Amino acid sequence: MKNLLDFYVGQMRIAAVTQLQYRAANYFYMIGMVAEPIVYLVVWSTIAEAQGGVVGGYTAGGFAAYYIVWTLVRNMNIVFTPYGWEWRIREGQLSGMLLRPIHPLHGDIAYFAGWKVAVIILWLPIAAVLALVFRPEINPTVQEVVVFFIAIWGAYLIRTMLLWLLGMITFWTTRVGALFELYFAAELLLSGRLVPMSVMPPWVQALSAWMPFRWAFQYPIEALVGDLPTEQLWLGLGMQALWIVLAGGAALIAWRWAVKQYSAVGG
Amino acid sequence: MAIVRLWWNYVRVGVLGEVQYRVNFLVQLLQSAIALATGLIVLALIFSYTQTLGGWTGPELLALMGVHTLVGGLIHMSIQPNMERLMQDVQNGTLDYALIKPADSQALVSVREFRLWQGVDVAIGAIVIGVAVFQLREALGWEQALGFGLALLCGAGMIYAFWLILTTGAFWWVRMENLLELWQGLYSAGRAPVGIYPDWLRYGLTFLVPVAFAVTVPAEAVTGRLTLETLAGAVALAAALLIGARWFWFFGLKHYSGASA
Repeated sequence: MKNLLDFYVGQMRIAAVTQLQYRAANYFYMIGMVAEPIVYLVVWSTIAEAQGGVVGGYTAGGFAAYYIVWTLVRNMNIVFTPYGWEWRIREGQLSGMLLRPIHPLHGDIAYFAGWKVAVIILWLPIAAVLALVFRPEINPTVQEVVVFFIAIWGAYLIRTMLLWLLGMITFWTTRVGALFELYFAAELLLSGRLVPMSVMPPWVQALSAWMPFRWAFQYPIEALVGDLPTEQLWLGLGMQALWIVLAGGAALIAWRWAVKQYSAVGG
Repeated sequence: MAIVRLWWNYVRVGVLGEVQYRVNFLVQLLQSAIALATGLIVLALIFSYTQTLGGWTGPELLALMGVHTLVGGLIHMSIQPNMERLMQDVQNGTLDYALIKPADSQALVSVREFRLWQGVDVAIGAIVIGVAVFQLREALGWEQALGFGLALLCGAGMIYAFWLILTTGAFWWVRMENLLELWQGLYSAGRAPVGIYPDWLRYGLTFLVPVAFAVTVPAEAVTGRLTLETLAGAVALAAALLIGARWFWFFGLKHYSGASA
C-alpha cells in the first residue's frame, strides 16, 4: 500500500511538472475546447431570451454559469483515449507495461490525475475571462463547493474506467472508430455535455438516469451551479462511487480477458 | 498546370492506397451517419423551443449544417492530412526529402496526401444541402448556385491558407499538434450562424479564423442572403490570405535549418 501511494505521488508529480512545461500547447488545447461550450451557451441563451427568459429552468445567466463550470468538468473528463490502445499495441508500448509489477490502470489514473493538477491551475485564468465576458449567475454555498471538489475527481474516475473498458475492444478488432463515435455521441446527448438534462425531452432524461454519463458530467456542474437539495447533493457522490466500482470492476475483468488475447507485435 | 498534374498523381496514389481497405469506407460511412444523426437531434432540440435562431429558420440552419459537413469533409480529405504530414516531417527531419524535389515546395507539401473515404462527408453534406434547399421551396437560380460555388471555393482557399500559416509555425515551435484541437474547437463554432455570437467572437471567427467565410457565407448563398459586397469581400480576403500564406511559407523555409544541422 505504501509502495502504491509512493507510485501515485511520483507519477502525478512527473505528469504535473511535464505538463506545466508545455503551457502553450496545453493552452491551445484548452482554448480549442472552450469553443464548444461557447457555441452551446450562445445558442441556448439566445433561445432563453427569445422564450421570455427561461429554458428548462435556466436563465441566460444560469446557462453561463453552467457552461463555464462545464469547461473545468470537461477537462476533468479528459483521460487516456480509447483510440490510444491501438498505438500502445502497435508500437509495443503494451509489452513494456505488462512487465511492470503494478497494474497499468494505476499508471493511467496517476498520470492523468497529475496532469489534472496542471490543468486546474491553467484553467483558472480562462474561467476568469469567461466569467467577465458572460456574467454567470452563481452563488454556491460552502457545502456545494466541497461536494463539487470531490465530485470532479469522482467524474474523472468514472470516465477513466469507462474509457478503459471501451478501449479494451481494441484487443479484438482495430476497426473501432465507428463504435467509439457511437459511444461519444450517446455520451454527448445523455451526460449533460450538450445541454442540461432539464432541457431534454422527459424520455431522454429517464434514459440518462440509468446511464453513468451524467454522473461524470452534469452532476458535478449541478452540484456547484444548481440548487440541489442537501440529500441529493450527497447522494450524487454515492452514485459516483457506485459507477466507479461497477465500471472499474468491468474494466478489470475485461483487461484480464484482453491480455489473454494479446500476443506482442514483433514478439 | 504542372501543379495540377502533380496533384492528380498524388490523388491517384492516395485513392489506390485507400480502395484496398474497403471496410474503412463502411466505418467512415457509419461514423458520418452518427455525426449526421447527432446534428439532426441537436437541430430538432433547438427547434422544439423556438421558430428561428438568430433569424435563421429550421431549413436554413439545416443548409448551414450541410455546408459545415461538406467543408469539414474537404478539410479532412485534403487540407488537414497534408498539414499533419508537414508537421511530422518537420519533427522527424524528413521534410528535407520533399524540399530537394524539383517541384514548387509549397505546392508539393500541400498535395501529398489524399484521404478518399473522408469524401463521404462531402457527399453527405451535399445531400443535406439538397434536402434543405428542397425544404426551403425556393428555386435556386444560377446566380445563387454560382455564388455558392464561388463562396465555397474562397472559403476552402482561406482555410487552406490559414492552416498553412499555422503549420509553417512548426519551423519555430515544433510541438504544434495541439493546434489541431484548437482548430477543431473553433471549427465547431461554425455549426451556428456567426451572426448570433457576440461582436468580439464574430469578428474573431470572421477575420482571425476564417470559419465564417468558410461556412456561414456559402450557407448564406444557398438561403438567399448573400450580398454582392460579402462575396466581393470573401474573394478579396481569400486572395490576400493565399498570398500572405505563400510569403510566410518561404519566410519560414529560410529559418528551417534541416534535420542534420
